Amino acid sequence: MRGRSITTGMLLLTMALAFSRSAHGQSDTIKVGVLHSLSGTMAISETTLKDTILMMIDEQNKKGGLLGKKLEPVVVDPASNWPLFAEKAQELLEKDKVAVVFGCWTSVSRKSVLPVFEKDNGLLFYPVQYEGEESSKNVIYTGAAPNQQAIPAVDYLMKEVGVKRWVLEGTDYVYPRTTNKILEAYLHAKGVKAEDISINYTPFGYSDWQARVAAIKKFGSAGKKTAVVSTINGDANVPFYKELANQKISAEDIPVVAFSVGEEELSGLDAKPLVGHLAAWNYFESINTPANKAFIAQWHTFIKNPKRTTNDPMEAHYIGFNLWVKAVQKAGTTDVDKVIAALPGLETPNLTGGIAKVLPNHHITKPVYIGEVRADGQFDVVWKTSTTVPGQAWSAYLPADKNIVADWVSLKCGNYNTATKKCSGQNYK
Amino acid sequence: MKQFFPRCGGQRLFVLLLAASSFGPAYAQSSGDAAFLTSLGTLCNASFEEKGKIVEQVAQSGYPSTQPVLAAFLDDRVYCRNQDQKVFLIKPGLEDSPTVNLIDPATLKGAGTASADDVTRVVTNNHLRRVLQTILARFGLSSAKASVRLQAVKDIERDLNEGNVQLLRERSSQETNSRVKKEIAIGLALADLDGPDTQARLAAISTLKGSMRQDVLNKLQSLVEKSSDGTFAEADEHVRKAATAAIKSIESWRSFYSGVQTVLFGLSLGSILVLIAIGLGITFGVMGVINMAHGELMMLGAYATYVVQMAMPGYIGSSILVAVPVAFLVSGLMGILIERTVIRFLYGRPLETLLATFGVSLILQQLVRTTFTALNREVKTPDWMSGTLQLNDVLSITYNRLYILIFTLLVFAALLMVLKKTRIGLEIRAVAQNRAMAKAMGVRSEWVDAITFGLGSGVAGIAGVALSQVTNVNANLGQAYIIDAFMVVVFGGVGSLWGAMVAGLLMGVVDQLLQPYAGAVLAKIFVLIALILFIQARPRGLFPATGRAAESQ
Repeated sequence: MRGRSITTGMLLLTMALAFSRSAHGQSDTIKVGVLHSLSGTMAISETTLKDTILMMIDEQNKKGGLLGKKLEPVVVDPASNWPLFAEKAQELLEKDKVAVVFGCWTSVSRKSVLPVFEKDNGLLFYPVQYEGEESSKNVIYTGAAPNQQAIPAVDYLMKEVGVKRWVLEGTDYVYPRTTNKILEAYLHAKGVKAEDISINYTPFGYSDWQARVAAIKKFGSAGKKTAVVSTINGDANVPFYKELANQKISAEDIPVVAFSVGEEELSGLDAKPLVGHLAAWNYFESINTPANKAFIAQWHTFIKNPKRTTNDPMEAHYIGFNLWVKAVQKAGTTDVDKVIAALPGLETPNLTGGIAKVLPNHHITKPVYIGEVRADGQFDVVWKTSTTVPGQAWSAYLPADKNIVADWVSLKCGNYNTATKKCSGQNYK
Repeated sequence: MKQFFPRCGGQRLFVLLLAASSFGPAYAQSSGDAAFLTSLGTLCNASFEEKGKIVEQVAQSGYPSTQPVLAAFLDDRVYCRNQDQKVFLIKPGLEDSPTVNLIDPATLKGAGTASADDVTRVVTNNHLRRVLQTILARFGLSSAKASVRLQAVKDIERDLNEGNVQLLRERSSQETNSRVKKEIAIGLALADLDGPDTQARLAAISTLKGSMRQDVLNKLQSLVEKSSDGTFAEADEHVRKAATAAIKSIESWRSFYSGVQTVLFGLSLGSILVLIAIGLGITFGVMGVINMAHGELMMLGAYATYVVQMAMPGYIGSSILVAVPVAFLVSGLMGILIERTVIRFLYGRPLETLLATFGVSLILQQLVRTTFTALNREVKTPDWMSGTLQLNDVLSITYNRLYILIFTLLVFAALLMVLKKTRIGLEIRAVAQNRAMAKAMGVRSEWVDAITFGLGSGVAGIAGVALSQVTNVNANLGQAYIIDAFMVVVFGGVGSLWGAMVAGLLMGVVDQLLQPYAGAVLAKIFVLIALILFIQARPRGLFPATGRAAESQ
């Protein structure tokens, strides 16, 4: 008897909550979904992105909201659990009926939510550099595609540093494997022989680096200038860099260029032994522009901690949010189809100069910077592209993808084969 | 950043330099002065390539403050004042403060202060730093410290141009330290290989034969390599023969030592496995309790290290030593608590113990997450544990691994002593062998159970201190190692500490031997398969032992 009354009570409470929530969100607000892990292994990186979006929403509301309505964030926690990402995405789209979602970090989480966004016709802004080979109608990729990060970084090492021998070191999952596949094809196209490329993968969270680093040292002492291209992801980087420092591999001898190590990752590390190692990004906190200074100041005020760093995916969210606001204003509605139609061609300034423009393939134009680690954990930009680089969804260096293009404006397809003139229709494979 | 020159030695150095340099007349001094300042002034808007040239010009100006200015440049302390584009050094240690103390590069005297916003740092890159290091190495050759001279010789060897070789020759006759002398001899021999004198080349090869360095090997190999038009880089056949012989000898030594190196790596990995397994060897091996929370007890040890470091911020070096007993107590007491509240009700019911302790492990993880957040905690490595012990040109082991290896042996010895030589050890063994008889002899078996479990857990805590030095400290730390720990105990033989020792080291070595061929993931899989096959043949492991677990089988 008692058990039943508790159940009834709970039910009533849930209904009341659900009701109040829907009543509250009926007409006077626009709901913005935030799908970032706030616990688990990815929390270290993703929590910052959640806070970035909350800051952007806060600022937009101070400006009077959007279309005369206030923005209301709906924050969920997929807990670094890939299937849970799909569930939470469904909850955001079907229950909360959010107008847009900002979220995901790892490629595997993005792959997990893609079918949900395509089924429920949602809109996702994905802010992290990734392996490419994808273009969905329902996703705007504001992070770098391989041709906006990996390829320019390799170009820099090859032309400016004179690297002849390459170690491609990665964590064992889809992003490093695909990126290294592209890089390997690219290096071969540039005349690098197979014996001058060493590819190795280690599991997530790997910590026993001594043998691997010794092997890199050995590979690098064959008389040709050697560099390591690191797609090591997550906290395995900390013991990796510690081991590099311990075995005294200096950046002057064997530079390591990383695609997943930024200011945030270095903030928990003694950067002095790492001075000179490189990172390729589309944004660095140290780049001195008025817009970037203002953004950093705004971030410090919002997060109430003047020591917090900013990083590349934060800028991607900044760009993505501004693009979405512009698209909604242009379309005059938050209706997903109309907003998606309004997005290609829209422009918004980057924090570091230049303009981010949405391309028909749902990627954006980005400047590429190569930075060297400084003793204080920030980066000195040592090279940059002269103009912004348009993102390519499909790599020109993989034979299988050479003829594939993505175009959501004229072709209405993310996977169009120019040779067979067919849209294979699969958006998320 | 490396600092090649002790600041105090700097002054004496330019005096020496001035005396030694050929800039005798005053007018040369003043023109050098002007060249120095104009060269420096153009640094503000230069590209990296231009900066490299400017640095060369500055180095050749022979101006007294050249060395400290270039050292400051390498140290990232050269700034441009925005308003007049003048170059200044800034005082070390103030790089991050809102106002900086400017130092005039010509006089090295204070030149007032400036707001950090009004000055821009002159950025360096890897190539420029290398150039600076090589130039500064020339100054370093006459340092009073042998270690500085040794590093200087090594830096100079990277760029063996005529001037540098001349410097080495001059130094060679004055050098007293044998290590530096040997290094200079190698450098000169490398340079001689390019010289015209056949005898000198032969002599150089016989000097180089004793070295095992990779760059020496590369150089020798380039001599005997046939180019596409059929000619050799080395024209003389005798020299080629000598070089081939030298290559053979160097290569055989190198491969011998790299084999030793692999075994060393394996032992170091194995020592970590042993350390995480011996605690389990007691709770699982001696008591027969499948404790899934064992990994979390290690994690508590790692967090204890972190807390101890936070509590004594000025003493990072000794904090690790303090952390060992603290971690032992924290994890040991937690172990006793788990034993008293959960496990003692479940003796003889392994499945329920497994489930209950798994629950405990989740609780402990969440407890740590709510107390310390889900983010990784940075446990600092003390200075005496960082760096590498270079045994020879091929063989080296990092200090943190070396200390963990020694530490494991110490913990193992201590544990054996406790079990074999103390009263409590005797009681633990008695209860493990025959509980009823032990009870009849007056042993309080319940109390012994708690102490045994506490001991095993405490050792897990100690393992956590070691793990905090090689991996990330977060709530999931234990999960990553628990499987390995069980594997070692099962392989070694349940109940045998010696078994755990041998099994752990063996698994480490086999893993490292396989890794170069199979990669980290496959190597581990192979080890696991080998282990499964082994258990099929010898279900009781390497060293089958008597004990409660053995009896029940």
